[in-house]
Amino acid sequence: MKALLKILEKQKPKFEKGGKLQRFFPLYEATETILFWTNDRTKQGPHVRDGLDLKRFMMMVVVALLPAILFGIYNIGFQHYKAIGQPASGSEMFVFGLIRFMPIVLVSYAVGGFWEVLFSIIRKHEVNEGFLVTGILFPLTLPPTMPLWQVAVSISFGVVIGKEVFGGTGMNILNPALTARAFAFFAYPGKISGDKVWTAIDLAKDKLVDGYSGATPLLAASGTESGKLATDAMAAGGFDWMNSFIGLIPGSIGETSTIAILLGALILIMTGVGSWKIIFSTFAGGYVMASVFNLLAGPESTGMFTLPAYYHLVLGGFAFGAVFMATDPVSAAQSERGKWIYGFLIGVLAILIRTVNPAYPEGMMLSILFMNVFSPLIDYFVVQGNIKRRLSRAH
Amino acid sequence: MLEHYLSLFVKAVFVENILLAFFLGMCSFLAVSKKVETALGLGVAVTFVMTITTPVNWLINTYVLKEGALAWAGLPAADLSFLGFITFIATIAAMVQLVEMIIDRFSPKLYTALGIFLPLIAVNCAILGAALFMVERDYTLGESTVFGFAAGIGWFLAIVAMAAIRYKMRYSNVPPGLRGLGITMLITGLMSMAFMIFSGIQL
Repeated sequence: MKALLKILEKQKPKFEKGGKLQRFFPLYEATETILFWTNDRTKQGPHVRDGLDLKRFMMMVVVALLPAILFGIYNIGFQHYKAIGQPASGSEMFVFGLIRFMPIVLVSYAVGGFWEVLFSIIRKHEVNEGFLVTGILFPLTLPPTMPLWQVAVSISFGVVIGKEVFGGTGMNILNPALTARAFAFFAYPGKISGDKVWTAIDLAKDKLVDGYSGATPLLAASGTESGKLATDAMAAGGFDWMNSFIGLIPGSIGETSTIAILLGALILIMTGVGSWKIIFSTFAGGYVMASVFNLLAGPESTGMFTLPAYYHLVLGGFAFGAVFMATDPVSAAQSERGKWIYGFLIGVLAILIRTVNPAYPEGMMLSILFMNVFSPLIDYFVVQGNIKRRLSRAH
Repeated sequence: MLEHYLSLFVKAVFVENILLAFFLGMCSFLAVSKKVETALGLGVAVTFVMTITTPVNWLINTYVLKEGALAWAGLPAADLSFLGFITFIATIAAMVQLVEMIIDRFSPKLYTALGIFLPLIAVNCAILGAALFMVERDYTLGESTVFGFAAGIGWFLAIVAMAAIRYKMRYSNVPPGLRGLGITMLITGLMSMAFMIFSGIQL
């Protein structure tokens, strides 16, 4: 490390003001602060006496994502060997998953990082660590079979249009990872929805077991005919509550395991990085709305109405969205009361879309984006309400 | 019946938002969305004008303009539908004058804040658009009232959300070339992507 530090220190004058490579200072700064503490002090007040800067903050999210990432990698392999009916050991599954997962992450980081660095050099701001989170969140929302060029195009859209045109990290309106995901969803629907994409198999080579269907449990449930129970339709596909909770089901890479996500939620809440209010109220909103639909379920309504609330919360991207996407400190509501409203409405909308919109079996992604659009408005009214209340107290 | 009106309402506000799905009424949306208060005022004004003009235009269309509409006057062969555009616009302009006088009388502050954009509601394409959709989709009088109101609410919702976003963006470091209208257009696009959540709902 010491040798590395020496090399870096030696290069520093070139990048500083007046140096030859002054334009590329953000690159140098990023390398230095990722590897070492910087020696620079804040020159003007306010002086924050806590070591928690943006970088530590964002790294905490990546740490919280680790359980979901590791499980996701294992699950890619698990689903693959299950589909072709071959017995395999845990490590084989993990290695298979790693081979499928790493290219997606690398492309996401490389292409997204390219835009980030390009903008930081041209616009002379520092390379934002927010991208470390965006670059890993986005691959986790994708199916393991996503073509790499589509990953590259989508992450470019997410980083440039979702974030950089607003001035970089902290100034965007929508969650950049979800913007990229939504772009991919609308631009390449064939590769990101349906029942062909969720398991990593090669149809030309692999021989599938009898009765194989690649449908996710949510897709199976949303296909329920009216008058039948959604849980029965899921059971026919081999899904029950427990394996959905543990996560051994087909789905996007990081979203399947509710238990791994809850572990991440625990880390986020304990370190104070993610807002427990948003996480809690999102789950509450989903639970309430699903219960309402259960009450409304009649013989004519589609089977999706009958899916119990506690099923909804462990299926699809609900938990992943609630814990990692809705809590994005930039695009979420900022006011404390606003966070309750924001989270609750995300939960309500997601279940509403799952149940009544036949176009999408899953509604989490778009409901978070939708509430991102309205979170400034929620904040505005909360603040106005506070002003009014305090004024009336003053009189 | 009530259920039918309710689904029409939800459809016009969310599923087929007149601004974010059809991109009608963009000019005042882009220009008057800097402050939430002004946006609220303009949104209410547009909703009010739409709720009144759409059924009024329906009456005119049904009893004067449509083919065979003049049968009650003894002219069953007359077809004045080529006058549609100009009549609708005249009705809208007259209504806007009325709204202007009302706002001037009751809220002079809002009147000055809206400025030139109040008379410009007269040429707000969302309002004319609502009248034309009403003709194209063969709404009844009740339906066209609900539709006019709902389309107005949808427009209201979009402009208020946009104003809050632009309020939040005061501190954003937008690239110089994109400041102002450029970034607003981009946000509109992102907003309409988020509104795609409702597309596909059958009501």
